[in-house]
Amino acid sequence: MMAIRTEPFVLNMGPVHPSTHGVYRMRLTLDGEVVVDLEPVIGYLHRGIEKLAEERTYTGVIPLTDRLDYISSMSNNLAYVLAVEKLAGIKVPERAEYLRVIIAELQRISNHLVAVGSFFNDCGAYFTPFLHMYREREKIIDLFEMVSGQRLTYNYMRIGGVSQDIPEEFLPAMDRLLEQMPRSIDELDRFLKENEILLARSKGVGILTKEKAINCSVTGPVLRASGVEWDLRKMDPYSIYDRFEFDIPTGSAGDCYDRYRVRIEEMRQSLRIIKQAVKQLPSGPVVADVPHLIRPPVGEAYAHIEAPKGELAFYLVSDNSIAPYRCHIRPTSLLNLAALRDMVIGWKIADLIIIFGSIDICLGEVDR
Amino acid sequence: MVIINLGLNNPGYLQTLPSDWPGGFWWHWLLFAVIIIAVVLVMVMAFIYMARRQIGRMQSRVGPNRTGPFGILQPIADVLKVLLKEGIMPTNADKVVYWLAPVVALVPVFVIFAVMPFTNGGMLADLNVGILYIVAISSISTIGMFMAGWGSNNKYSLISAMRVIAAVVSYEIPVLLSIAGVLLLAGSLSMNDIVLAQDIPFILLQPLGFLIFFIAGLAEISRSPFDLLEADSEIVAGFHIEYSGIKFALFYLVEYGEAFILSCLITTIFLGGWRGPVLPEWLWFIAKAVIVWFVMVWLWATLPRVRIDQMMALSWKFLLPLALINLIITAIQVLALPENSLWVMIPVNFAITAVLILLWSKLFKLGWGRVEV
Repeated sequence: MMAIRTEPFVLNMGPVHPSTHGVYRMRLTLDGEVVVDLEPVIGYLHRGIEKLAEERTYTGVIPLTDRLDYISSMSNNLAYVLAVEKLAGIKVPERAEYLRVIIAELQRISNHLVAVGSFFNDCGAYFTPFLHMYREREKIIDLFEMVSGQRLTYNYMRIGGVSQDIPEEFLPAMDRLLEQMPRSIDELDRFLKENEILLARSKGVGILTKEKAINCSVTGPVLRASGVEWDLRKMDPYSIYDRFEFDIPTGSAGDCYDRYRVRIEEMRQSLRIIKQAVKQLPSGPVVADVPHLIRPPVGEAYAHIEAPKGELAFYLVSDNSIAPYRCHIRPTSLLNLAALRDMVIGWKIADLIIIFGSIDICLGEVDR
Repeated sequence: MVIINLGLNNPGYLQTLPSDWPGGFWWHWLLFAVIIIAVVLVMVMAFIYMARRQIGRMQSRVGPNRTGPFGILQPIADVLKVLLKEGIMPTNADKVVYWLAPVVALVPVFVIFAVMPFTNGGMLADLNVGILYIVAISSISTIGMFMAGWGSNNKYSLISAMRVIAAVVSYEIPVLLSIAGVLLLAGSLSMNDIVLAQDIPFILLQPLGFLIFFIAGLAEISRSPFDLLEADSEIVAGFHIEYSGIKFALFYLVEYGEAFILSCLITTIFLGGWRGPVLPEWLWFIAKAVIVWFVMVWLWATLPRVRIDQMMALSWKFLLPLALINLIITAIQVLALPENSLWVMIPVNFAITAVLILLWSKLFKLGWGRVEV
């Protein structure tokens, strides 16, 4: 039989595509349906946040950090203010520390809800898991609205604390959430975990080995799904994370299914932390006595946190002026994306989409 | 012009209609052509409305509720919107193929209803090869979709076009084999005779055949979880990505028209068609079709999508052997069982179905393996 002559072709997936989670572009070389090569093209959402930060006061940079990973603005705020506090040597009041932990963990749950929801969307479930996740996320956003007045770009953390104390209706609402959220997560999990098509689609697909993950400096749930027990909240406890009890969920195979499972488990662990934090929440001021225009001493500081998507860090250099001399961001999403090419080669287009979805990136952070 | 008299002026099936039914062959033809077009268009709009409301409920939101009472005019608003859109054609499209594709896809949808019995004998033509006719005609839509995918000169739609062909080639066979079991029971290919033969609905006599037909039918008309050819998260909209305006509307009509066809086919072949107590026959028919559509939307709202190789494996490794076994078992039963004792098949066949599905799902795993480049 005469063999049919075929040749690979190039497909530009993105920047306008429903499941590239923003404006990511993949220049794919395809052999039929199979991915032969992938060349990432980024920069469509570049706003020069690092450069803009050099023109603003230290406090004025906080709203910019909201626009990095806009799915989890609170975590970005936290990472930045930690860096400034390290730089200027500011002591944060107890109550503010607790509020920060509560808010950051809520943000983690909300981020993972979006991540898991859009992962299912990428698998082809017609928005149903996605919208159920969003229904749960809505409750968290309501809480954020109570404390900050915003629903997406919160701008809540301040250097030396948080912008304002929680209103009195916050804690009752928090209790309701803590009572109801575990049940919702269990319910969603029960519906989705054992779905035969999901198992067929995601088990063994897009495997990222331990070594590869470490070599690519992948962090966060993607790294933990590959079986590396690495969580900055435990390894290098910042803020007051050393006071709480929680586990680090890890996967074993490092496939898409494990990444999804790790996220679900992390939501449960976050709820555990929030429960402890709410119980221990002290009273007192929520922001340290910090001048409006701070001039940190000449020097540099690097602060990193375990953001929902992985390790997020800010590196600040001060020249004793009111604005940072240099503000470098270690973007989680960009570095996690580095492993994408190795994970997708040899898989089909449909797998490429779910592997990409399981990494959970946010283009605001990739392009900055 | 010589008109050859084929004896069409008074065909047998016209006698099954009421005596005051308007006269001769051509009147009957015209009237039913109008009825079919009206019914298909109205039902497509009803299906769109139902799907949107039902998916809304399943996604814990309301769904369309602003246009008219309960948003019932939403499909009309949708149609108006889509008709007013500008028709844009890609520069390098194959113009003839691009223009022809929606028509080629749409015509079979209407033509199929010629043999669909809405009431006892209430159909355009009671062909004695009705079911064969449907299977044959329904494949033509696929050509229209392939033409669209090819003619658009777009890589996404080309991938989709290739998926269409792959899906149809592999799912035509289980569809036909599962129908064959029914034909053995009914002893006729005529759609009306199949309904008349269903003193016991064939879903009870042929549970395995029903499941295979339903799954393979979903794949054939590319409904979830087999909506690979318009997989919006992968290849955006598939074959109709470059279509806009009325040409897109036609593809939309094809999509829902095919869903209506599948509902009607399942109704006719497995659920006893127009048969039912008290209510008028056409209402029974529509009600059953609506129930089938409900199940289809339910699957649509809940299941993720399978991958193309898994879809092929499901057809060739799972559905095809089961359909063959089902055919053989049915043949033996029809031969062995005496007349009027078909009810014996109900418990036997349900047991066989359960055993076979359990057995096969042990043997068969939806391809977890890596694809070789």
